[in-house]
Amino acid sequence: MPEKLFKINPKEYILPGNRTCQGCGLSLAYRYILKALRENTIMTIPASCLTVLHGLYPITSVNVPCLNCTFASTAASASGLVAGLAAMNRTDTTVVAMAGDGGTFDIGIQALSGAAERGTDFIYVCYDNEGYMNTGTQRSSATPIGALTTTTPVLTKQQNKKDMMKIMEAHDIPYLSMSSPSFPVDLYDKFVKAKRIKGTKYMQISAPCPPGWVFPPKETVKLGRLAVETGVVVLYEIEDGKLRLTGRSKTLAEKGNRAPLLQYIEKQGRFKKMSMEQLGKMQKWVDTKWNEYIRRAEE
Amino acid sequence: MPVRILTGNQAAAEAVKLCKVQVVSAYPITPSTSLTEYLAEWIERGVLKAEYVRVESEHSVMTVCVAASTVGARVFTSTSSHGLLYMHEQLHWAAGSRLPIVTCVINRGVGAPWSIFNDQQDSIAQRDTGWIQLYCRDNQEIIDTVIQAYRIAEQAYCPVMVCYDGFVLSHTMMPVEIPDADRVNGFLPPYKPHTILSQEAPRNINPVIFPNQRRDADGILRDGYMEFRWKLQHALEGARDVIVDVNREFAAAFGRDHGGMLWEHKLEDAEVCIVGIGSIASEATMAADILREEGIRAGVVGIRSYRPFPRAEIREALKKAPAIVIFEKNISYGYEGALCADIKAALYGTGVEAPVHNYIAGLGGRDVKAAELADAVRSSLADIAGGVRERQTWLNCVTE
Repeated sequence: MPEKLFKINPKEYILPGNRTCQGCGLSLAYRYILKALRENTIMTIPASCLTVLHGLYPITSVNVPCLNCTFASTAASASGLVAGLAAMNRTDTTVVAMAGDGGTFDIGIQALSGAAERGTDFIYVCYDNEGYMNTGTQRSSATPIGALTTTTPVLTKQQNKKDMMKIMEAHDIPYLSMSSPSFPVDLYDKFVKAKRIKGTKYMQISAPCPPGWVFPPKETVKLGRLAVETGVVVLYEIEDGKLRLTGRSKTLAEKGNRAPLLQYIEKQGRFKKMSMEQLGKMQKWVDTKWNEYIRRAEE
Repeated sequence: MPVRILTGNQAAAEAVKLCKVQVVSAYPITPSTSLTEYLAEWIERGVLKAEYVRVESEHSVMTVCVAASTVGARVFTSTSSHGLLYMHEQLHWAAGSRLPIVTCVINRGVGAPWSIFNDQQDSIAQRDTGWIQLYCRDNQEIIDTVIQAYRIAEQAYCPVMVCYDGFVLSHTMMPVEIPDADRVNGFLPPYKPHTILSQEAPRNINPVIFPNQRRDADGILRDGYMEFRWKLQHALEGARDVIVDVNREFAAAFGRDHGGMLWEHKLEDAEVCIVGIGSIASEATMAADILREEGIRAGVVGIRSYRPFPRAEIREALKKAPAIVIFEKNISYGYEGALCADIKAALYGTGVEAPVHNYIAGLGGRDVKAAELADAVRSSLADIAGGVRERQTWLNCVTE
């Protein structure tokens, strides 16, 4: 494995020190995303944990130009950048919109759907920390069943997570991927590939969140790995409609040794009120999705 | 210069073409739609070299305008009514970003219940978003004002709404003189963005900002949130001079003077001053002429720039007014017409003690004829003679 790490762009685009929480999964992922995208990238980001990472005026921790936008408008902001740059003959710039799961699955879905349908040439990144974490852990449509949030504080979330990848795939875009900062080389490779592809690229990243998911900050990478080991998060990409499992998920599929969901659940305080029924329901959801990925990967 | 018979929307589209707009984004809404259709056709035919972004909502329209303007493109959009209301968040964002976006607002009533017809509730409700608002009284003024709007916006770094009445102007044909393209090029230099988003000097534009000033990495004290707000207010206040100068320069170049902040009609000896915005003000000039034929010396003030508000010009125009009658197509619920409130505020402390009568008229397309405006003025003068200093009347409306 170490030799694989050597190919990673050594340049750092996030300066030392930023305002994210200890053990932030987003922070880790963002470092590798920017390394993969390299120079000549323009970011556009809505109100989110990423805004916090980018810093408070007049100081920023990120060495990449960035246009902040309103919560619902991320993908439209990217569309405006693409159109404006085209009008200015600056077509060699990679435009990247990046929002959390609330900004993507919920309030940003309309603008994202529009931009994808138009085939806008940009990369859309959703870092999915499964809730409104920047405002203090409220429920989003990406929150898993059985999770405690400040807006599901007693009964826990009652529904399974929305399958945003499927929604985006239905837009017939040329490239989609799912990755995890616990597997940085896999994540890096996917962004290197996305940068080369024309059209709308949708990149979803599972970003473990220590305060929101309630686990010790030092466990972030371990928890991200557990998510993959249990099949809660599946590493894959869909290129021109063809699904391919990647990295650890591919190995898991080949060896058939996926770990039981409970190993992932019991490490997180947010699931402390999860009922056995909910656990069973989520295990079934994970299994169904997993089998679907395997079937599609074999097609 | 050629004269053509154009609708208001055609006139606006011709202006957009003359201004060599580089990015257009729009979403269909009556009565703005046809304007964006003309632009789409010209762009697809290559007559206008621009990007056209056909987004899924007005919220995204204004977002596209903000982002494209940020990277240096001259941008345009138009909308009406609920489309403008749906943009509301982005209107604040555009003004806060100090971007010279020009938007035609083809004025239309606001639901519930639905109305597709004209009044000015939509744009008046956006009064406090930090946009310059210019209003037009005819189609010639529309084409000329859009051209001026880009000059004003790019000089003041403030977005500009060019407002005109739905159907009354947008879909009514009038003779319009088309300005010469070369002369427009001379009048309107290329847009220079205040900030460039580039790798060489990475910036984080519009991040979270603290209430107080804060030092940057080089130790220089930078603005806090309130300084940003003050600068926007200062820019809008300063835009008065820009609007007046640009109108003067335009008049010199093209031979048409539409007034700077406002325009006047037979005001010198007026015993009653009628004030309005947009097409109701031009209709009021006909009412004034009717009244003058009867020996009532009526004059008209038409507000051209509603924001920035023509405080000084209003004080000057109304300083000798024995009576003031204001017609407007909006209502600030629970108070009075927004223009009436603003005019009264502008006159505070000036010694003008004239009675002010406020007529709410033409909401949701309710027809108002010049003769009815003249009737209203007559009735107000009678009441004023009887000592009624303030009055709010809903014209042509059953209020019992």
